[in-house]
Amino acid sequence: MNPFRILDSALALLDDGLERLRTRRTKDAAAAAFLLSPALLILGVFGLAPLVYAIYMSLFGGKYGMGPFVGLGNFRTALDSEAFWDSFLVTLYYALGTIPVTMALSFLIAYALFHIVRGRGFFRTVYFLPYVTSAVAAAMVWRAILNPQYGLANALIEWAGGPRLEWLLEPRGVLNLLTAGHVPPDIGPSLALCCIILFEVWHASGFMTVIFLAGLTAIPRELEEAARIDGANAFQVIRRVVIPLLSPTIFFLAIVSVIKSFQAFNSFYALTGNGRGPVDTTQNLTVYIYSSFYEYQRWGYGAAVATLLCIAIVLLTVIQWRFIGRKVHYE
Amino acid sequence: MRGRTLSYAILAAGAFITTFPFVWMISTAFKTLPEAISTPLVLFPRHWQWHNLLDTFKAAPFGAYFLNSFIVAVAVTASVIATSLMAGYAFARLEFPAKRLIFGLVLATMMIPFEVTLIPNFAIIYKLGWYNRYPALIVPWCANAFSIFLMRQAFLALPADYFDAAKVDGCGHLRFLIRIAAPLVKPMVVTVGLFAFLGSYNSLIWPLVVTSEDRMRVVQVGLTVFSGAEGVRLHLLMCASTIVILPTVALYFAAQKYFLEGSLGAGIKG
Repeated sequence: MNPFRILDSALALLDDGLERLRTRRTKDAAAAAFLLSPALLILGVFGLAPLVYAIYMSLFGGKYGMGPFVGLGNFRTALDSEAFWDSFLVTLYYALGTIPVTMALSFLIAYALFHIVRGRGFFRTVYFLPYVTSAVAAAMVWRAILNPQYGLANALIEWAGGPRLEWLLEPRGVLNLLTAGHVPPDIGPSLALCCIILFEVWHASGFMTVIFLAGLTAIPRELEEAARIDGANAFQVIRRVVIPLLSPTIFFLAIVSVIKSFQAFNSFYALTGNGRGPVDTTQNLTVYIYSSFYEYQRWGYGAAVATLLCIAIVLLTVIQWRFIGRKVHYE
Repeated sequence: MRGRTLSYAILAAGAFITTFPFVWMISTAFKTLPEAISTPLVLFPRHWQWHNLLDTFKAAPFGAYFLNSFIVAVAVTASVIATSLMAGYAFARLEFPAKRLIFGLVLATMMIPFEVTLIPNFAIIYKLGWYNRYPALIVPWCANAFSIFLMRQAFLALPADYFDAAKVDGCGHLRFLIRIAAPLVKPMVVTVGLFAFLGSYNSLIWPLVVTSEDRMRVVQVGLTVFSGAEGVRLHLLMCASTIVILPTVALYFAAQKYFLEGSLGAGIKG
């Protein structure tokens, strides 16, 4: 009783059934319906249906989404609320802080990896390690290192003669700290938020490096060599040959990382304990929604903010698709 | 030559920064508590406290947490591979009405922030009677758009000749998928499987929301609870983190050959 035999006969039967359908069109459609149904069922029930439900929920006030119908009232409250816009700003800082830095670093690492032979496998493994580790466990380590009392970060700073810092507990802006108080403390991202950004760069670079490396390996070596022979320097080769050929990869990573950064939650939650951080300076939109749901039980309001976040993500993706997608170079 | 030296310098510096937190975690895991939190800090413990490992398992039921995590992660991984192979093949190789629309809807689910669906999903799970049961942790994650997209790309990269040849030989879609196409995209299957396992094993918020009983805890929830309950017993917390990280690292080492091929496959167009 070989299970593969049974599977094979079952498939043969199904295929024969499909064969009887008259035209190729209906045959394909029947096969597609069969193949797609499990995935579509799950994505429908646990992806799209809850989205519709959330939008419906956003129209009701009160606790647990059981209050009176308020129409777009929750949306108006959100757009008038300072906390909403502060959280939006945190989300923006986070996206602007993580994406370009992670991309530049991973490109650099991937490009360096691409040019070595010995030890490539070793380095690739090392760089991907943070990505396969759980954000919760990794955050525990970073919290220990950044602990103001007994952390390694302050021990090193003290050894170098600098001032001890509060790291994840510091609500003041980095600009304020760097300019010795010339910039007001509430301008720009807080030091706590920068710690989260740093953590994320460390945690996510490996993923981008592997994708970049895959893209680089697909570029024919001759193109680079030809440019070299024509007298291009390393920088020109990167700018004129490598980056244009890599543009589909860059485009893919840009789209995915914008979506991911707008949905970020785990690193915020695990690093600060509640996600909000000191004086709410690390409260991004996701954390804001989470607290509306869980701490204040304002389900309708939380759903309204979640819907706004969703709209923002869709808009950003469409904009990227329209404006950057056009410049992508396909072979 | 100069370029290669520079490459190695960049890579070595980066590798140091990448691995340092792990070294710190492991060394702290086997220190005594005073060694772990008192200044001046030392990199390595004077005497490695191997019994910390046992103390950690005594301090919280990590064995039971692991069992829960493995049951959930293995079920999710197997299901994701099956659903994405099937759907990916359909989107890559079949013509059917409203294909672009359906594919667009599938991709659109990638853009839905999970917080939006968290509470409605909680309500659905509750109504299905799955609260505090394994299906709540498994079923919602049995398909995802990213895996379907990756698998579709892998199937698109296969030369059309394979497919035509099978067609001529009278091989239907389903048999072609299982017998020929799926083995050809094995690296992508491993890649998708690895991502599914990592995503499931490393998830935190969903298990927190749909389970409340101690016996249903997965490792990430267990670790979070442990970190809150144990205060500053830093050495045991680092020991627990090490234990939690270990299985995914081991799996990554085992799968990485295929995993790299898989990502390479995503980069090359056929």
